[in-house]
Amino acid sequence: MGDFASFTEFLQMGKHGLYVWLSYGIALVIFIYNISSVVLLKRAFFTKAKRQLKREENAS
Amino acid sequence: MTLKLPQWFYQLASPRWFYEFSGKLLPWFSAVAIILLLTGSVWGLVFAPADYQQGNSFRIIYVHVPASILAQSCYMLMAVAGAIGLIWKMKMAHIVAQSCAAFGASIAVISLATGAIWGKPTWGAWWVWDARLTSMLVLLFLYVGVIALRGAFENTQSADKAAAVLSLVGLVNIPIIKYSVEWWNTLHQPATFTVTEKPAMPPEMWIPLLIMVLGFYCFFSVILMHRARLEVLQREMKTSWVQTLIKSL
Repeated sequence: MGDFASFTEFLQMGKHGLYVWLSYGIALVIFIYNISSVVLLKRAFFTKAKRQLKREENAS
Repeated sequence: MTLKLPQWFYQLASPRWFYEFSGKLLPWFSAVAIILLLTGSVWGLVFAPADYQQGNSFRIIYVHVPASILAQSCYMLMAVAGAIGLIWKMKMAHIVAQSCAAFGASIAVISLATGAIWGKPTWGAWWVWDARLTSMLVLLFLYVGVIALRGAFENTQSADKAAAVLSLVGLVNIPIIKYSVEWWNTLHQPATFTVTEKPAMPPEMWIPLLIMVLGFYCFFSVILMHRARLEVLQREMKTSWVQTLIKSL
């Protein structure tokens, strides 16, 4: 498989498995954080804005 | 004297136009970002050859270098957008600057964390107070400072102005990061990519790196557009087009 003889070797990354996977893991977590925070903020905004508009409509 | 600017500059300044235009761009940028990031990481992790000195720990380069480049580009965009906002009183520019801050801070964290993890097997230490690492840490603090400063104001316009001024002052750190490896003796290796010279590594190592850099930029544009669109809606809540849009959902 690519530059590695076996899948186990790929996971071990020489003796640097921990370092390599930790780096990619951190990057992945921060990417997911960026995506999910935008999605959650957007959802929260629309729920709040809709309720507010409805309230204004009822008041007038 | 008034400066004549191209028409797209004025269009871009309209939050509504931005909202509609970015809505059309988003699916394309998202697709390209996913393709580039997947290709780049599989290529870098599986197919690129191990470094003859560093072994497989060198594969960290495929997240570390793109994150570091992007953290600086994102800062420059934030500062330039802030300046445009200050000079032309453009709402949209401040919205872009605001959207850069949180993302930039998170990417600077990736750069510093992967750098520390790479430093351990390569230099034998997680952290050294070397010029490149320290100036990069200052970049993270600048991002955090801009976010905190913005949060300290109730009034959006004052927050915009203060954040723009701080980002412009912090711009001085960018050349310091860039030249830190040349001006001082550092452990950190010099730049991987330069405009004038061919990369020192073989193509099977630098092509996936280039793909990852482009992928990181695409991901940045996607998050930036999403954040800016949300900010447009929040700031333009009083306008009829936003109210119509909210009601239609």
